[in-house]
Amino acid sequence: MTFAVIAASLAVFSWKFLGYLVPEKYVSNPRFREIADAITVGLLSSLIAIQGFTTDSAVTVDSRLPALILAAGLLYLRMPFIVVIASAAALSALIRMFF
Amino acid sequence: MNRIPVVAVSIGMATGIYAVSFGALGVTAGLSILETMLLSLLMFSGASQFAFVGVVATGGMAAIPTAIASAWLLGVRNGFYALRMAPVLGMPGISKLLSAQLTIDESTAVATAQGSQSDEQRGFWWTGVSVFIFWNLMTLAGALLGDQIGDPANYGLDSAAAAAFLGLVWPRLSSSKFKLIGLAAFVVALATISIVPAGIPVLLGALVAAVIQYWGKR
Repeated sequence: MTFAVIAASLAVFSWKFLGYLVPEKYVSNPRFREIADAITVGLLSSLIAIQGFTTDSAVTVDSRLPALILAAGLLYLRMPFIVVIASAAALSALIRMFF
Repeated sequence: MNRIPVVAVSIGMATGIYAVSFGALGVTAGLSILETMLLSLLMFSGASQFAFVGVVATGGMAAIPTAIASAWLLGVRNGFYALRMAPVLGMPGISKLLSAQLTIDESTAVATAQGSQSDEQRGFWWTGVSVFIFWNLMTLAGALLGDQIGDPANYGLDSAAAAAFLGLVWPRLSSSKFKLIGLAAFVVALATISIVPAGIPVLLGALVAAVIQYWGKR
């Protein structure tokens, strides 16, 4: 199992490292940079969808929805990141405690 | 600006909250404390780590190839982040290994929200190092507590992780183009989740983002 852990870690690391091996002339192009920025936004938005609204590959709506709405409200009010995350977790936990 | 260290530590502490649940899940999935820690130290990519222990927890040793493949697939996005950060950081030679290891959702999100190259560099390093420290310390705490913790969902930790992604993308949503891109990626990920293997919906979301950006410019 230890070997599997190390192999999987190297597999994940290979992506991180490969990105740094692409020659500078390609990645410093402004057009490329705009697309890379858009991809970052696309990845994070997809991750909200998967983490917030799916369970075992099925779309589900549960206490994560009110937690995300609360988080959005707190972000709008420019609250610190840690406050946003802790509040979202607390609301979700409270809802699950009572329902 | 002194806001960067504050943001970085705040994000580090927040990721620490769900690192506890990762540590606990790792040992309940049958990994040793050392193996659980190796994942946080070496793999250092939350989604890939959760996928690895999730598959091992249900399939045991026989599921190891699937576990490695799932972790690998979920790690693809770090490659895109690396492409984005490479020209900003300009790391020479072997030092690329260091920047590569810290290239994750959080460090890239904070960096790309900054306005100048030097602030992008500070955002990347502060956030990467902060998350690395909190992530590993709290993984250890979770692994030591083990199954005493129970289901992480009882503490709303799944909501914490979703809210963290929202918090990371939030600064970029001030532009209407990025709002559209974010919404499109969100919809595509949800629309495809039940028909393609795990890890793919997120990449399809990224693909849609790239396509909108590319064609929107013409």
